[in-house]
Amino acid sequence: MRLVLEPRAERSTAAAIASPLIAVGLTLLVMSILFGFLGKDPLNALAVYFLQPLTDSYSLQEMVVKATPLVMIGIGLALCYLANVWNIGAEGQFVIGAVAGSYLAVKTQGTDAGTWVLPAMLVLGALGGALYALIPAICRVRFGASEILVSLMLVYVADLVLDYLVRGPWRDPHGYNFPTTADFDPVATVPSIIEGSRLHIGALMALVVVAAAWTVLGRTIKGFEIRVVGAAPKAARFAGFDADRLVLFTFAVSGALAGLAGIIEVAGPVGHLQPGISPGYGFTAIIVAFLGRLNPIGILIAGLFLALTFIGGEQAQISLKVPLDLTKVFQGILLFFVLACDSLILYRVRLIRTRKAADAVA
Amino acid sequence: MADPVATRVTSQPLLQAIGITKLYGTFVANDHIDLDLHPAQIHALLGENGAGKSTFVKMAYGLIQPNDGELRWLGRKTVLAGPAQARALGIGMVFQHFSLFENLTVAENVALGLPPSEPFAKISAGIAEISRRYGLPLEPRREVWRLSVGERQRIEIVRALLQNPKLLILDEPTSVLTPQEADQLFVVLESLKAEGRAILYISHKLDEVKRLCDTATILRGGKKVATCDPRRETAGSLARMMVGGEIGEVKSAAGERVGKPRLVVQDLSMVPDDPHGIRLDHVSVEVRGGEILGIAGVAGNGQDELFAALSGERLSASDGSVVIDGEAAGRFSISQRRRLGAAFVPEERLGHATAPRMTLSENALLTRHAVGMTHDGFINRAATIKVVDEATKAFDIRKAKRDPEAASLSGGNLQKFVVGREILRELGVLVVSQPTWGVDAGAAAVIRQALIDLAARGAAVLVISQDLDELLEIADRIAVIFTGRLSSPIESKTADREHLGLLMGGSSAQPREMSHAVGA
Repeated sequence: MRLVLEPRAERSTAAAIASPLIAVGLTLLVMSILFGFLGKDPLNALAVYFLQPLTDSYSLQEMVVKATPLVMIGIGLALCYLANVWNIGAEGQFVIGAVAGSYLAVKTQGTDAGTWVLPAMLVLGALGGALYALIPAICRVRFGASEILVSLMLVYVADLVLDYLVRGPWRDPHGYNFPTTADFDPVATVPSIIEGSRLHIGALMALVVVAAAWTVLGRTIKGFEIRVVGAAPKAARFAGFDADRLVLFTFAVSGALAGLAGIIEVAGPVGHLQPGISPGYGFTAIIVAFLGRLNPIGILIAGLFLALTFIGGEQAQISLKVPLDLTKVFQGILLFFVLACDSLILYRVRLIRTRKAADAVA
Repeated sequence: MADPVATRVTSQPLLQAIGITKLYGTFVANDHIDLDLHPAQIHALLGENGAGKSTFVKMAYGLIQPNDGELRWLGRKTVLAGPAQARALGIGMVFQHFSLFENLTVAENVALGLPPSEPFAKISAGIAEISRRYGLPLEPRREVWRLSVGERQRIEIVRALLQNPKLLILDEPTSVLTPQEADQLFVVLESLKAEGRAILYISHKLDEVKRLCDTATILRGGKKVATCDPRRETAGSLARMMVGGEIGEVKSAAGERVGKPRLVVQDLSMVPDDPHGIRLDHVSVEVRGGEILGIAGVAGNGQDELFAALSGERLSASDGSVVIDGEAAGRFSISQRRRLGAAFVPEERLGHATAPRMTLSENALLTRHAVGMTHDGFINRAATIKVVDEATKAFDIRKAKRDPEAASLSGGNLQKFVVGREILRELGVLVVSQPTWGVDAGAAAVIRQALIDLAARGAAVLVISQDLDELLEIADRIAVIFTGRLSSPIESKTADREHLGLLMGGSSAQPREMSHAVGA
């Protein structure tokens, strides 16, 4: 017996929906085995990871808070990946967006600046992320450089810029030498949806981004352009679409969304600029984008699910004494399975009975 | 070289296929095919595209395995596990699409297909010997990219003959040749037959088969229709067996219909962006409203480059080199040219003319978004599906549902859609490349008729085709492209095939050997 992948005549809608679910299932299976090796009861461990956070309201809120940047960045990345453009550096664009927006917060600190500060910060954050993302895009269009490598390397540059600022010029003078800015003024802070809760209006903005992306991709000529350039470059050229301009466009948009997510994170849940503002949102969002099948609604669901793994991971660290890095292992395994299961959409698996003749080497 | 196969006249078939059946999923590609191949016979396998010819020869060469039925070699049941085994038995194959490395020499390419133990010097000597004996001129040390398509085919033939096969299979060998090159090939095949070799000759060209072959087996829809002596049949009776009915005759519109020039190409030169591409060299031509101008030529002589320059996929250096309806459009994008009333149908259906995994309505949007179908950047879905419905109705496109993916259509149906998508709007200029390549005879007739009708409505139609018969049928004037240069057009009514063939080989005024000094 051997397994054969046969191309399907049409892409299968059922498989398109089933593929991420199968991937999640296989990931849970592998995780159970891993827990077994660590000497934990697999079922109990999975419950701590994925069910316990859903049972109390604080964790649920926290899940939405963590899903907000994941969804925003994931949407931007999906636009890139649909166009066959590979932005791997959203983490850096997230950081630069946070830095660019924080500039205003730091400069207006303690002044009587009005309510315009926060909107201006958001605009600056998006702009910073977009400009930073345009660096790899321009390198690719002008010099043929790999946007994968350039965007990835710029992540580390962004981290160092952030490090320099919070340890140097922007450090809080009353902060006991901790590498952090002073807490942002109220006018420079993203307001909560409900008083006293950690849910902030960034979550609503993420929903708006999802709706906008859904409209653009499904209903507009720009969305069509993105899909054609990614799916059939020669046909796209025949359609009159300029692939180079689209590289710039998708990088700019995804950078803007990552930057926006960055400044919302800093001006919201974190409240000040410091190193380590992201537990790897920019990278996890890559998994979110693929798990959501590059579809805005799918990304919303996938973003919530991966946010759960962050929170579940923290809880598992406390109650099961397993390392926090297990979360990253989980996310990595998930990405592998998602990509593998995607082949089910275009191919069907068939068992073929082996015959000697068929196996002989041509 | 071993001795040629001893000439034996025997009643025992060399290769016998009994009830060969091949399934792809539920699709029956070959349905109980029986076929006997005798030594010293040229046996035609005749059928339309999709009739199952290629499937059958792949099984005869061991590339795929039949689901049912058996092959007998010299009377003994044989399972061909792979091409290596087929070659070891004495079966050689010349494919329609060559597998040659452009940057390697002729001898190197041949060596790659042989066991590594063969000494290289021996291979070179073998090539020289075979090319001398059969009149297949070939220079072993020449790089492949310098060679014409006909010469490339010779490499494949020589490669097969080096193994001294008893049976040689040729898949549509003349589809890439000029008429003269085809004649040369027939001489070679006759001498191979005289040596006692069996030849299985795949084709859909009736004249060729009648002229060359001793026996013909006709396939239709995966089934064997008949085995006959093609010389006793008429082209009409063969066609009826092949198609299973009468093919609609293409009617040209009556009367004089020559308007003013609508597509003018003036001194167009362009350097290719691909190092193996062809440089367009001072191309000039005028297509008037109401006429079809054909551009003949062997593949790889600048047709792709000319199409890209006319469509605007590549921009010219000067505005005036392409003029559409009086507008200098040389530096206009493809969308701007479409807005001037021009439309384009490229050669490659999947991947160029259409995005394979997108639906037909999305593929309608692909070329029509520049001329409607959107409102403030939003897609008018009703308009896109309307084009699909209109094309379906006008061209009788067969498909499983209203709006399927492009890749799920058969070649002929997709080509009807691709042509219909463009023709069903008001057009001034249509540039179409290989309009009926790989399309069944019924669809081809419909498409050719549509082109003629479009011209009759006053549009200028430029058809780039390697099929000289097609151009002689539909074009008013024919020009020939050779190594990026375009001859001046001649009236197709008075055109002489011989003359056109010589132009296609690049030897109008110059001696024939000039045709080898290509490119560089």
